[in-house]
Amino acid sequence: MVWTRDQMAARAARELKPGNFVNLGIGIPTLVANHVPADIDVTLHSENGILGLGPFPTEDEVDADVINAGKQTITELRRTSYFSSADSFAMVRGGHINLSILGAMEVDEEGSLANWMVPGQTVKGPGGAMDLVAGVPRIIVLMDHVTKTGSAKFRRSCSLPYTGRYVVDMIITDLAVFARPDRQSRFTLMECAPDVSVRNVMESTQASFDLGDYF
Amino acid sequence: MISKIYETAEQALDGLLRNGMSIASGGFGLCGIPETLIAAIARSGVQNLTVISNNAGVDDFGLGIMVRSRQISRIIASYVGENKEFERQYLSGELEVEFNPQGTLAERIRAGGAGIPAFYTRTGVGTILAEGKEIRTFAGFDHVMETGLVADLAIVKAWRADPFGNLVYRKSARNFNPIVATCGKVTIAEVEEIVGPGELDPSQIHTPGIYVQRVIHAACNEKRIEQKTLKKEAL
Repeated sequence: MVWTRDQMAARAARELKPGNFVNLGIGIPTLVANHVPADIDVTLHSENGILGLGPFPTEDEVDADVINAGKQTITELRRTSYFSSADSFAMVRGGHINLSILGAMEVDEEGSLANWMVPGQTVKGPGGAMDLVAGVPRIIVLMDHVTKTGSAKFRRSCSLPYTGRYVVDMIITDLAVFARPDRQSRFTLMECAPDVSVRNVMESTQASFDLGDYF
Repeated sequence: MISKIYETAEQALDGLLRNGMSIASGGFGLCGIPETLIAAIARSGVQNLTVISNNAGVDDFGLGIMVRSRQISRIIASYVGENKEFERQYLSGELEVEFNPQGTLAERIRAGGAGIPAFYTRTGVGTILAEGKEIRTFAGFDHVMETGLVADLAIVKAWRADPFGNLVYRKSARNFNPIVATCGKVTIAEVEEIVGPGELDPSQIHTPGIYVQRVIHAACNEKRIEQKTLKKEAL
């Protein structure tokens, strides 16, 4: 049985450490905010210039000047601070944000990822993704294990233009979790979803990886 | 006392617009964009603009109205997703787009305003956005050289201004505005509220008036929301 989006987000939330400053990408990564354990205090960063993102507002609380990087309306917390885009990316580039969780179209076995353009399709631009993967010391990718047409997304090498090279530390898919201790190491299969076998994972993966002690 | 306050956007723009010029605009998505000045520049009919802005508005709002009227020939941006006419002009080659990573764009604007011609960053190394750019190794890592950006005109949106052009922004509507304010040969701020001398706390000013030559009271404060997301829908 594959993991649901919420289960993937919950798995990613277990990687949060007390006191972390965390940037969550658009899509499944946004769900991670709902699964932060009560005893783990984290501060969410938004590239448009916010530390301390609060939950979505009630109708009365909606403020057009309080939006996240996905342009969704959000609320403030007591810890919230606002700053310019230059300051926001100084935090990112300077390594002050501890962890970024983002989506990807493809990740390769060297931990390079592609998530911003498909040649021949409309290109919308990289936004802050290249800055995040280059600057944040720990990068976790949350993605489906295969594309809608069934091809592997964890690959020997990316077929799409890179967002960043050698930057991914952990991959959480609907089938499995892969991790590596540093960016020179190979990825190791750490966990599989319930009733998903190592063979199932290997059949859906193009990248080569090691098997963890668990297996 | 010399006041920087102008009555209308047209008066503030008088003498500043010419075909082929560069204009930098603050804002993130539709949040904190200088709505009044964008509309006035669109009405002026000025052509062949190079625009520096994180985003390009939507079809009928923000910079999108200048895209639709084909006044922009080149844009330097990080993300231009929400704009169909933009896509059409981009794909047909009518509109030239230079994509920058968002933080690189912000730093290029900051650097330009601070008189720094170029800087090195790890962002974008090994991607197509670094192709053709100088690479240098610092502390064992490759970095790409990016250049500072300046504009003939910078337009920003702030919450409050005084007659000296000191600005205070509101919440996340700050975004690119403080850096964009520094990168213009001339900078115009449109603000929700103009206050008298001494009414802004000097310790709380985000953009000192030295960067701002002209100020108008914003005639448009629609503040359109792109993704209204409410607690109930919250997953």
